[in-house]
Amino acid sequence: MTSSNNTASPEARAAGGGARVELRGVGVRYPNASSSAVDGVDLTIDAGTFAVLLGPSGCGKSTLLRTINRLVEPTSGTVLIDGVDVRERDATELRREIGYVIQAVGLFPHYTVAENVAVVPQLLGWDAPRVQRRVNELLALVGLEPGRYCDRKPRQLSGGEAQRVGVARALAAEPRVLLMDEPFAAVDAIVRASLQEEIARVHRELGTTVVFVTHDVDEALRLADRVVVMNAGRVVQAAPPAALLEHPADDFVRELVGVDAQTRRLATERPLIERR
Amino acid sequence: MTYLVTHAGRVAALLGEHVVLVGISLVIALAIAVPLGIVAARNARAAAAILGVTGVLYTIPSLALLALLVAVLGLGATTAVVALVVYAQMILIRGVVAGLHGVDPALVDAARGLGLTVRQTLLRVEIPTALPVILGGVRVAAVTLVALATIAAWIHAGGLGTLLFEGIETANSDKIVAGALAAAALAIAADLALRACERAARA
Repeated sequence: MTSSNNTASPEARAAGGGARVELRGVGVRYPNASSSAVDGVDLTIDAGTFAVLLGPSGCGKSTLLRTINRLVEPTSGTVLIDGVDVRERDATELRREIGYVIQAVGLFPHYTVAENVAVVPQLLGWDAPRVQRRVNELLALVGLEPGRYCDRKPRQLSGGEAQRVGVARALAAEPRVLLMDEPFAAVDAIVRASLQEEIARVHRELGTTVVFVTHDVDEALRLADRVVVMNAGRVVQAAPPAALLEHPADDFVRELVGVDAQTRRLATERPLIERR
Repeated sequence: MTYLVTHAGRVAALLGEHVVLVGISLVIALAIAVPLGIVAARNARAAAAILGVTGVLYTIPSLALLALLVAVLGLGATTAVVALVVYAQMILIRGVVAGLHGVDPALVDAARGLGLTVRQTLLRVEIPTALPVILGGVRVAAVTLVALATIAAWIHAGGLGTLLFEGIETANSDKIVAGALAAAALAIAADLALRACERAARA
């Protein structure tokens, strides 16, 4: 019963692929809001961990994610990456060192696939041959043949292909932290499963620290080293998937994972019916 | 139609003047409208002020505006250019605002998240994505200005309107037809050319 099936390989860890992310008393209160979107969150995500923020919509998981790359500035508390307060960093520079993938993908429609992937390396001033090499390497990493995809425009891609490019673009400048905000929520179940496998493999190979937001319990349990369950702006429980299933902290967590545990049991008990 | 044939050289010269008048006005108008449109797209209060003022200016009858401007600036092409620039503002600014508001917020979120600055996001993502809509505004403005510029002849700014006013004064319908046909052809040509640009920007 391994709870950390996607833990980065020892090699990837040794290569220093990931950074430690610490949230200390992080709170976010939007102007004119009656309550806080995020309320005093303390959380440490060790280097190379695949952490999944899980919770219902509106629980503050996306807002919390966005404090890490300063797209949202906390109204209280501190975010540290490898011990450095992100507020001490220039926000733009910081973001170029952090991968960012969103549900809507957000590929630039007037750029080719290669140009999209090359956005951050180009901003960082890499020379053309290095950018080209990196683009080919990344497309191959996310399972897209560079020769076939480099010159395509985003509108010529399927939803799954577009998100693969989105992941490649986020990884372009070898970020030590990768933020993913419901990245696979807009694609169908079959494509989602294959994207999940890919991101788990990429994480194993690179050892990047991943912070992944989802409301899908199955997805969280499948991918996470550590599931961080959130409700109403607070962290309810942060634990490896197995521990979460065996020892839910309260009724909210029990209900959240319980319903799904039932479905999963049914699915494994009647595989033939499922397949037909 | 005979005037068009017998005086082809003169018609062509006036057409050239017309194109220059509209072209210069459009370039100056864009230089003002694009920054104002960007400000209006980002700030609701500025938008209310900018669109309010340009909207009111647009409702002033063209002859009245020209008469007012002549009182201040005198006769001539400069005055005509000022009037055309004023008229183009509302159309162009609305195009820029509509274009920028139409940009998918996810694109801006992705751009900012990847580490593009506000300016880089505007220049590399927002404006290119909004370009077809902005060009739509430019097209409508160009066609409008071609029509409006005929009246500029009234204040000695030249252009195809010269033929219309001369024709009216001398009861020479042939001249009027020649001027009207040339102006219409120019408007259609501008429309087609800018439509092609829009399509290219969309691709």
